[in-house]
Amino acid sequence: MRADMADLAIIGAGPAGMSAALEAAGLGLSVAVIDEQPAPGGQVFRAVEAAAADPALTGEYAAEGAALARRFRAMPGIDYRPDTTLWHADLESGALSLRGPHGTALLRAKRLLLATGAQERPVPVPGWTLPGVMGAGAAQILLKQAGAVPKGRVVLAGQGPLLWLLAVQLARAGAPPALLLETSAPGALGRALRAGGPMGRQLWNGRAMLGKGALMMLEARRAGMKIVRGARRLRAQASADGARLRGVSWEGGSTDCDLLLLHEGVIPSTHITRAMGLDHQWDAAQLCWRPALDGWGATSHGLVAVAGDGGGIGGWQAAVRGGALAALDAAHRLGRITAGERDRRAADHRHALSAALALRPFLDRLYAPAPEVLAPRDDSTIVCRCEEITAGEVRQAARLGATGPNQAKAYLRAGMGPCQGRMCGTTVASLIAETRGIPVEQAGALRPRAPYKPITVGELAEL
Amino acid sequence: MFAQRPDIRPATVDVFVAGQPVRVPEGATAAAAVLLAGLPAIRETPVTGSPRLPYCMMGVCFDCLAEIDGIANRQSCTVAVRPGMRIEPQRGARPAWREGAVHEG
Amino acid sequence: MIRSSFDAIVIGGGLVGAAIAYGLQRQGLATLLLDEGDIAFRASRGNFGLVWVQSKGLGAPHYQRWTRGSAEEWPKLAAELQQRTGIGTGLQQPGGVHICLDEEEFAQRDAYMAQLRREAGNLGLEYRMIRGAEARDMLPGLGPGVAGVSWTPYDGHASPLYLLRALHTGFTGAGGTYRPDARVDGAACAPHDFRIDAAGQSFRSPRVVLAAGLGNADLAPQFGLHAPVRPQRGQILVTERARNLMLMPTTTIRQTEEGSLMLGDSKEEVGFDLGQTPEAMKMIANRAVRAFPWVADLNIVRAWSALRVMAPDGLPIYDQSLRYPGAFTANCHSGVTLAGIHANRLAPMIAAGQLEPDMAPFSAERFDVRSAA
Repeated sequence: MRADMADLAIIGAGPAGMSAALEAAGLGLSVAVIDEQPAPGGQVFRAVEAAAADPALTGEYAAEGAALARRFRAMPGIDYRPDTTLWHADLESGALSLRGPHGTALLRAKRLLLATGAQERPVPVPGWTLPGVMGAGAAQILLKQAGAVPKGRVVLAGQGPLLWLLAVQLARAGAPPALLLETSAPGALGRALRAGGPMGRQLWNGRAMLGKGALMMLEARRAGMKIVRGARRLRAQASADGARLRGVSWEGGSTDCDLLLLHEGVIPSTHITRAMGLDHQWDAAQLCWRPALDGWGATSHGLVAVAGDGGGIGGWQAAVRGGALAALDAAHRLGRITAGERDRRAADHRHALSAALALRPFLDRLYAPAPEVLAPRDDSTIVCRCEEITAGEVRQAARLGATGPNQAKAYLRAGMGPCQGRMCGTTVASLIAETRGIPVEQAGALRPRAPYKPITVGELAEL
Repeated sequence: MFAQRPDIRPATVDVFVAGQPVRVPEGATAAAAVLLAGLPAIRETPVTGSPRLPYCMMGVCFDCLAEIDGIANRQSCTVAVRPGMRIEPQRGARPAWREGAVHEG
Repeated sequence: MIRSSFDAIVIGGGLVGAAIAYGLQRQGLATLLLDEGDIAFRASRGNFGLVWVQSKGLGAPHYQRWTRGSAEEWPKLAAELQQRTGIGTGLQQPGGVHICLDEEEFAQRDAYMAQLRREAGNLGLEYRMIRGAEARDMLPGLGPGVAGVSWTPYDGHASPLYLLRALHTGFTGAGGTYRPDARVDGAACAPHDFRIDAAGQSFRSPRVVLAAGLGNADLAPQFGLHAPVRPQRGQILVTERARNLMLMPTTTIRQTEEGSLMLGDSKEEVGFDLGQTPEAMKMIANRAVRAFPWVADLNIVRAWSALRVMAPDGLPIYDQSLRYPGAFTANCHSGVTLAGIHANRLAPMIAAGQLEPDMAPFSAERFDVRSAA
């Protein structure tokens, strides 16, 4: 089998991965970019080359997103491999096991940069497995990838900037949602604003973003979308035969709908960083795990760095800068540039990075998910969608003696299905923490193993 | 459950969803084709047989498993449509082997 | 705070410790089961799940008898756990086969099984060596290149994870005290009087059972015992669920109750290293596809490595301390196979304060060069 070499292998062709590839290739490194998707963009700029002309998707997506993808495509020295997954990495030798459209392949990398981005935070409300309930991000992907919009009566539920952006995009595409159930606690905005200290400066620095947010809210309302604030105890209601969604209820109200789109923000995708055994820390502001990183994105393993939302949620502008910083550090560690050169080139990126992150603490505070999102109150709520394990079963396992999600997995099979705990890991840990009266970071996290993505027995046998 | 916007993204690729022909835009995934075709479920879980449709569309949740061109349990939100592609719902656990498949030792 | 005085303390909450603790509690002994936390070298979570007879105990008839005895105890244990806890262990004992991929493997297996029968003596050993064509009738989908199989009626399999959960549930349901996150960090020993420090508390008991797997190697000397166990890595691949097809388990491939195929097992001497290697995974996949070609189409959804608890001669070690009577040790790499006999025969011996004389060959004294000389 062919074993190619690269100075730097980058996993993911979103903003962080593309930016890192551009920076590294510009410094003369040989760069391989491995991406699961058929085209560059990541989640935020998904299918940007095909969809930039869609009038529903104007703004950063069509402008900056398309420009970044164009530069990435045009840059020589980048071995770009779309439709390809990484299923194992040997960190001793730098050998990466890949599976692509032409079968399996091996790539030897001197350095590895994980730019695997974020996933939507799972929102385990009763009934969320029904056909007709989806993540809000899923509807946005359908819009970007296929130009498709929901049919019938659509309800958005949750909170965060993406929810408002999606409302506006759907309205522009001629399919405005009927209702937005905003789950932010009443008074959250006031509390976030009053948090004081450096907050005033953050708001000033982030004023452009704040202004954009306010305009989006205005536009969504003008399109006819109703808003319920402080919605609690959401439930997706099933049709009489139990086979699909009929409507949604919350404390004090209910409505029929054909599609319920849930969103409580995004969290770093830590499946691969966990499987590699890298150090992680609990982010108490964003209520999620993130790999422990230094200012260059370097992890606890000398070969591996992380850039972009996979290292902590910061948005695409921060990801672009973080990717460039990680690439500079890779070039330095490979002996291509001196530390002084690296630091000199990093200055602009650092400045832009802190501007991009200015509003983040405010947003984290404003859109902190309610405890019921992290640990569903209703015992009948399914938390592991693959193995159909409920919150009540996890609580029972915690009382029996499961002190963390790995033992709960052994007792219940929660996290053992095809998604390997990507959807339930943090929920299970939160339920255990609640039941045993310990902090969620003490309950810990699942320890996934290779293959990071499925591979057939036959493909493995023929390596 | 989802509608196309032919003025923006014309449908050009013919696929079959549960045997019915559907024309979808290039770049759409097999999961998108199922949603555009209005299928009530893309799979029935092997645990309780409950119906599911794609949830995340970004390769995370594995609720979009479907049989594509005869290959069971494919993550359909990561598979782009190709002309003539046949997408069938995944009902429960996959068969251990395909009828008529020839396996040489 | 929980009570501090018990009739028995079992150190190690894996399959070996949990089966013994369950057996002790059921004997009426107030038992404390001490376990580690969420992340530990847990052989129990990595177990392949065979209740297996036909590859055990060549050159060690006492081990063959012990294994056969456990296979016989298993249905009783499974039924009792089901009744007490409502948790099914997925036990099936339809017999099992060892697949020989080529003629050389078949000839070796033939000689191995014949010798095993000779050593079985009066106990007898029912087995058959079955050639390819007939074996393919027995096992749908068996590869055309397979030379043959050895078959015995004693073999079977169960879910290691449901067994562990049933043992923990049955143990606490019978009044036992299970303490996770309670790694032992101190001990004081006198005959029939032990103090164990764990989780910031001290516990006293006239009996202590060391069932801490690889942890026994360090624990045993403190109790006047010897447990020279070392880690041996095994890697396992698990496929997506498929409709039930395999009628019986094999030494290295079994279909679980849920429908997944488990493919094992590698044996690697790599110390305390839980790493996974594509080379070993490839070897496992390759042999599986030669045995059952249709397995090639199945997706692997999980794989893992775990560390077996291996004595120098590969056999279990059971002992009572001469210096501190009341301290016992139990070490083995077959926590599932031996669960039946651990709960139903070993635990009563420990409760009675004496291992029966026929257990003598399992003593770690066999590794003592002075006594061997």
